[in-house]
Amino acid sequence: MLWAITLAFSAAALPSLLGPAGVELGEDSSAPQINLGLDLAGGSHLLLEADPEEVARQRLENMEEAVEVALENATPEIEFGDTSRSDGRLSFILDTPVDIDRARGVLEPLMMGEGLTREWDLSVIDGQRMVLTPTDTGTAVALNTAMEGAVEVVRRRIDLLGTKEPTIIRQGDTRIVVQVPGLQDPQALKEQLGQTAQLEFKLVDQQALPTNTLAGVANPGSQIFPYATGSNFEGQFEAVKRLGGIRGDSLTGAQAGIDQRNNENIVSIQFDQQGGQKFAQLSTENVGERFAIILDGEVISAPFFNEPILGGAAQISGNFTAESANQLAISLQSGALPVPLTVIEERTVGPDLGAESIRSGLIAMIIGSIAVVTLMVATYGRFGVYATVALVFNVLILLGAMAIGNFTLTLPGIAGFVLTVGAAVDANVLINERIREERKRGRKVITAVENGYKEASRAIYDANITNFIAGALLFWFGSGPIRGFAVVLVIGLVTSVFTALALTRMWVSGYLAANRPKDINI
Amino acid sequence: MKLLKLVPQDTNIKFLKFRAPFFIFSLLLMAASWALVATMGLNYGVDFAGGQQIRATFTETAEAPVVELRETISALENIEDPVVQRFGQPNEVSIRVKLPPEAEGNPEFANEMTNAIVTAIEAGHPDIRIDGVDSVSGKVSGEFRNDAVLALLAAMLMVALYIWIRFEWQFGVGALFALFHDVSVTLGMFALFQLEFSLQIIAAILAIIGYSLNDTIVVYDRVRENLKKYRKMPLPELLDLSVNETLARTVMTSLTLLVALVPLLIFGPSSLFGLVAAITAGLFIGTYSSVYLASPILIWLGVNSDSFVPQETDADRQEKKVLGQL
Repeated sequence: MLWAITLAFSAAALPSLLGPAGVELGEDSSAPQINLGLDLAGGSHLLLEADPEEVARQRLENMEEAVEVALENATPEIEFGDTSRSDGRLSFILDTPVDIDRARGVLEPLMMGEGLTREWDLSVIDGQRMVLTPTDTGTAVALNTAMEGAVEVVRRRIDLLGTKEPTIIRQGDTRIVVQVPGLQDPQALKEQLGQTAQLEFKLVDQQALPTNTLAGVANPGSQIFPYATGSNFEGQFEAVKRLGGIRGDSLTGAQAGIDQRNNENIVSIQFDQQGGQKFAQLSTENVGERFAIILDGEVISAPFFNEPILGGAAQISGNFTAESANQLAISLQSGALPVPLTVIEERTVGPDLGAESIRSGLIAMIIGSIAVVTLMVATYGRFGVYATVALVFNVLILLGAMAIGNFTLTLPGIAGFVLTVGAAVDANVLINERIREERKRGRKVITAVENGYKEASRAIYDANITNFIAGALLFWFGSGPIRGFAVVLVIGLVTSVFTALALTRMWVSGYLAANRPKDINI
Repeated sequence: MKLLKLVPQDTNIKFLKFRAPFFIFSLLLMAASWALVATMGLNYGVDFAGGQQIRATFTETAEAPVVELRETISALENIEDPVVQRFGQPNEVSIRVKLPPEAEGNPEFANEMTNAIVTAIEAGHPDIRIDGVDSVSGKVSGEFRNDAVLALLAAMLMVALYIWIRFEWQFGVGALFALFHDVSVTLGMFALFQLEFSLQIIAAILAIIGYSLNDTIVVYDRVRENLKKYRKMPLPELLDLSVNETLARTVMTSLTLLVALVPLLIFGPSSLFGLVAAITAGLFIGTYSSVYLASPILIWLGVNSDSFVPQETDADRQEKKVLGQL
């Protein structure tokens, strides 16, 4: 039984040992291997965070548009005004208080989310002002949806960059961890993920006075956006109508290209059917008018609708370089991030450093192991040899357990291995010292060995359990590399108790039963 | 074959004879450590201070021009007080800069800073190779600080609680005090030598807590055993006996850990130096505290042989009386 466990785990360690040793395992080898952490394999680790308030703001904006459409489409139309969005609430005054009940009836369906959870509270103050307040559930659902969407968009963007085996995990409510092994250019990745790529088409407010726009004063129902850095009108502003535009989240494709007429870099986009229809309608109704193409709150360009655009495709030009056009195309193609993400932690390790670390760590571990083994054999003779063999199996089982559990070996994890080698023999030291004591007190060999194991195991268990507690807390606290250290320590504790107590005991009793020695050299 | 005996059997060293002076020494050491942490402060790395750290190797220069680099980088716009240190090999450096407030949540700003620094260095030293970039925002570093303090406190309290349950409350208090001593002195050393204090060092301190506790538990286990065995022996004598009986094991285990760690310290990867150095120092601190702090506290807290022998309660006595009358 003990041998079965030992051999099974040791066998699981083999692929991880043979791989680096240069033995070809074949492409289809399905044996589990230990993952190398980014600090050993090289690569980038990014921690991205979304701003929940941005999600709430967008949600409020969407609700305003939905309310407007719903009230306008009611028969007869419900007139309202003095719309305001402050303190995270949407409020407006109905022109005639009589409409209150009808407005309620129209708006009530908008207040409910999927599965009939209430996402907004609708209340009326002073008899005619309607106030829409988002519920906690609604806000949480919206954030969760936005984050799930963001993870998908991040995944698509990284795939489009052509990187291999990225890890993209949501962490907590508002964070995403991205790990990309062996990345050559982390900055391109960061720029790609930092771009929300929220594309909007809004009609330019023709009534806006240029002086007002420059001073940041917008007409009611309009808002002012700056021109993007690097665009043709950098430093200038454009006033656009707040509502009635089109969001670019309904794209089916985006490609960078070159306009044949003037050799300008452009991005051509294709809308999905619904988006195409809306775009066709907008361009038909506003021929001759200017509209602004807004990317992440900055105007790229503001061309005229020269003719109705019916094909569901459009071109964006804005003084792009080939590179920035390509980047924008990738961002648009992967969809807009439902919420802007910022990089709050970044760790990048070059591939050379990792390889050097593994080599020097391995050398140190071999020297250390030889020293430990020499010390043990010189001090405890035959019993030291048992401890040594147990130590070898301990390392093998530890490697195997890490491979099976799909754990990651990090740089501090290497230190954890060395520590485990140094500390694992402690159990055997305790046992052997106890056997020495018992022999000195004149006990017979068998009794001395039995007492040695029995009396020592109490302290061994207590010490390992407390160590386990410290290790578990480290695992809980740590992230990335530190967690790798904790994993090795904690698994190492379990395996060392197994090998040092169970395995050596089996061998020692085997030896005693076979030879029945009158005296032992310890 | 003659086997090695590092510690002769039957040692009888009066460890606890000087318990009072050693205890005062330890208290002073702890006070000095905290004073150092308060006055000199810990040399927080990017993990805890936030900011950006660039690690680089000069592939064709024997020694990294640290002073020159410091000047080059200080001359750059937006950068104040860069910390340029040798890191591991003589041709490896670590460059640490604070992120200005504008950079918070603005990846492009951090990128530009990295680029500016690298470009400035490349102008004079084309052989520079960037090995890694760590950039941690103030928000994340603040969380790391909180989590680290929480993890250390939780670890100390939980293991003390475990020892209380397995032994007696006095043992729990003794172990807790010894651990607090170990953590304090380690922090004091990091303040004194201004070694970079990073997440790895928290890992090292938690490992130190583990190994210091190993020693304490081995001694305590023997104390418990001897308390049951020698009911009449005075406590100081019994503690000395217990420490002496476990001395061979303490020396041997410390030695196996030491011979495993030292090669890692010398030949191991430079980025592990802080972690391994802290654990190695902690090995000595932990062994000392088990003998000179964890044990004598048991005397002052009034441990006696009754602690592990079920006491006769009044009810028991009453019962006996009744049974006797029958």
